Amino acid sequence: MAGGLILVAGGESRAAHFHQLPRGLGDRWHLPVSPNPTLSELFAVHPSDGGWVGFLLAQLGTDKPLLWVQERMAILESGRIHPPGLPTQNLIHVETRDARDALWAMEEGLRCSGLSAVIGEIWGDPKALDFTATRRLAVASERSGVAAFLIRLGGHANLSGARMRWRIASAPSLANDLDSKAPGVPAWDAELFRARGMPPGRWNLAHEAGAFHLVAAAGDRTLGEERRLRA
Amino acid sequence: MPQLAIERWAKSADCAPDAPVVLTVEGTHGAVVHAVTKAAAERGARAGARLTDARALDPALVAVPADPEGDAALVQRLAKWAGRWSPLVEVDGDGLRLDVTGAAHLFGGEDELVRDVERRFAVLGLTARVAIAPTAAAAWALARFSSSPRRGEGDSPKASGVRGVQAATPLTLPALRASLPLPDGERGLLEQLSPLPVSALRLDADTIRTLERLGLKTIGALLDMPRLALARRFRGAEDVVDTLDRALGRKPEPLTAIAADPPPRATLRVEEPATHHEAAGQALERLIPEFVRQLQERHLGARRLALHGFRVDGSVATASVATTIPSREPKHLQRLLADKATALDPEFGFDAFALTADWTESLDAAQESLVEEPSGEREVARLVDRLTVKLGPKRVRRPRAEESHLPERASGWVAAVSSSLPAKLAGRGSIERRFNGGGVGAKPLRHSTASSGPPPRPSAREELRPQRLLDHPEAIDVIYATPEGMPRRFVWRRAVHDIARAEGPERIAPEWWRQPSTSRLRDYYRVEDVSGRRYWIYREGVIGDGRGGLPGWFIHGLFG
Repeated sequence: MAGGLILVAGGESRAAHFHQLPRGLGDRWHLPVSPNPTLSELFAVHPSDGGWVGFLLAQLGTDKPLLWVQERMAILESGRIHPPGLPTQNLIHVETRDARDALWAMEEGLRCSGLSAVIGEIWGDPKALDFTATRRLAVASERSGVAAFLIRLGGHANLSGARMRWRIASAPSLANDLDSKAPGVPAWDAELFRARGMPPGRWNLAHEAGAFHLVAAAGDRTLGEERRLRA
Repeated sequence: MPQLAIERWAKSADCAPDAPVVLTVEGTHGAVVHAVTKAAAERGARAGARLTDARALDPALVAVPADPEGDAALVQRLAKWAGRWSPLVEVDGDGLRLDVTGAAHLFGGEDELVRDVERRFAVLGLTARVAIAPTAAAAWALARFSSSPRRGEGDSPKASGVRGVQAATPLTLPALRASLPLPDGERGLLEQLSPLPVSALRLDADTIRTLERLGLKTIGALLDMPRLALARRFRGAEDVVDTLDRALGRKPEPLTAIAADPPPRATLRVEEPATHHEAAGQALERLIPEFVRQLQERHLGARRLALHGFRVDGSVATASVATTIPSREPKHLQRLLADKATALDPEFGFDAFALTADWTESLDAAQESLVEEPSGEREVARLVDRLTVKLGPKRVRRPRAEESHLPERASGWVAAVSSSLPAKLAGRGSIERRFNGGGVGAKPLRHSTASSGPPPRPSAREELRPQRLLDHPEAIDVIYATPEGMPRRFVWRRAVHDIARAEGPERIAPEWWRQPSTSRLRDYYRVEDVSGRRYWIYREGVIGDGRGGLPGWFIHGLFG
């Protein structure tokens, strides 16, 4: 693989799609997503790391309203969503007391095909969040065709019915063309550690102009930047 | 209310009070004067005359088209307002008729009542001729034709307008002659009505002309005629005898009060008090079809509905829910109420149930789509209803941009059930924008454009605002280059973050018009630590701003 690229395993290894594997830096590239909307689980490496929000928002369509469920603890620990910073104002925000209510609200939302996606943030490893609960969400999501994202803040990856499980960390952002001392386009270290029908992998990627592309690892940023600019 | 049209116009147009203005309606042969101002009346303009004739008398007349529908609507509104005096109010052409039987004493007698009515109409800027009489027809005649309108019996203050007090026991003897002795009250009434012209009897124009040709110019003259002869002479046209009888209270003239629509309501009685918890839920199931049928008939959708359970001991248990959009979908309504209904405590048992809609909105029949895919917006509204019922309106909200630079104030929230669909949201945004654009030097609000369409990517502006905001900014320890230098390192929740890159400051001044004078400005920095996590931190105040000691540092938001 290209030098300086953290690419533990390929994206999609099925033969038919093999040509879609990123060849080098700067290639436009879409995330390995399952063909039908389903339940994805996103683990934030740390509750104080908001990187997953950018990663998630980059893959959302915003034509229909969004249901965003936040558990009370999640709000306390990592903040409430802030609409002025979001790409869409067309959303419904639900604040719940505990994980049980949050899961209920998510499931209600998943029955409604008028939503673009349902996002639920769960703090820690609550009892209500067992295999059955996640499996229910996955089935509901697949039935209605609404993508579901279960966000785990400060939790452990136990048994889950989610079809894709990601672990997202922020990565040093790309160079800012206007101000070298300022943060640039956000980048993430995204690890797909379990997925149905596709091999796991780990990528360092950023989202620009409507598409994801791979970026160089932090240590090799200068090399990667050059390549990105050349491409 | 003889001057209603012109007074309404004068109020809305705010012109000089002495302008010669006439309101005109289109007649068969050109414009006809409908109402005139005082100044115009002095110059010879009369209602009913042609505009050209009036102009011939005084070319300076200003003609404005009249608005009869608007006038009628105002009368309707006034009728509702007149409910303050009596529950029985009828709109009668351009006037109002109130049945004040048994209500006058509440206002200190009939004289006081009349005075009160006149005073309150005067406050509204409307001239009302008020008359009070034992029969509605007599009141009508007195209010319109009496030179000094008076009450039915005895002399009274100058009263005008239209008000009838129905006779308690109207006589209905068909062969009663006018010369037969009348009850006490009617004698006074006769005296009052006698001098009035026959046109005060609300007969049609042809009949009145015939009567006048026959020399029967006043009601008194008409009363002197033998009943039988009158009845025979005016058989075909409107019955003169009947009209006379109504005026004198010998025939009843019921008043058709403006109906306040009772809210849709379905009730159910049970034979034995139901003491089990499922009772209310089962009752709901049986009430919903009838309730929905009522809504359907009246083209209404429920916005708020309540299930009342009447207990045997005289108390009432209530479960109520609200909906985002008007609905009369049986399944949806039932699902909303079911949980709350079963939670009603029967105590000693319910013996009756009622399902009512406290708040309804018109909802036209809409065809459900043929395929099994309900429209998205309605689906979302129903979702909001379900979530709100369980979690409460404060926990299910939509964003609403507020006009503020302070981040925590700029992102306002409004209950999703009371706010509306995105379409309406966008509409409000455009109003805001227009409003802001109109002011001198007003900067168009950036956030007002946010809801107008789903932008595919975050714009440059959105990248400057974090995706997550802490409800309360948390104090952090920061190493920075004093006094106003870039932050180098900070400690938040006992974790050290070395800042690799930073951008700022973005200075946000306190809103002096609503914050105390001691509040300090904020310098916001977007910072990124060595591991790539991005935060929004600010320094509150600067050294030497006279509003406290050393500036403090706070973390306010997280970037994605």
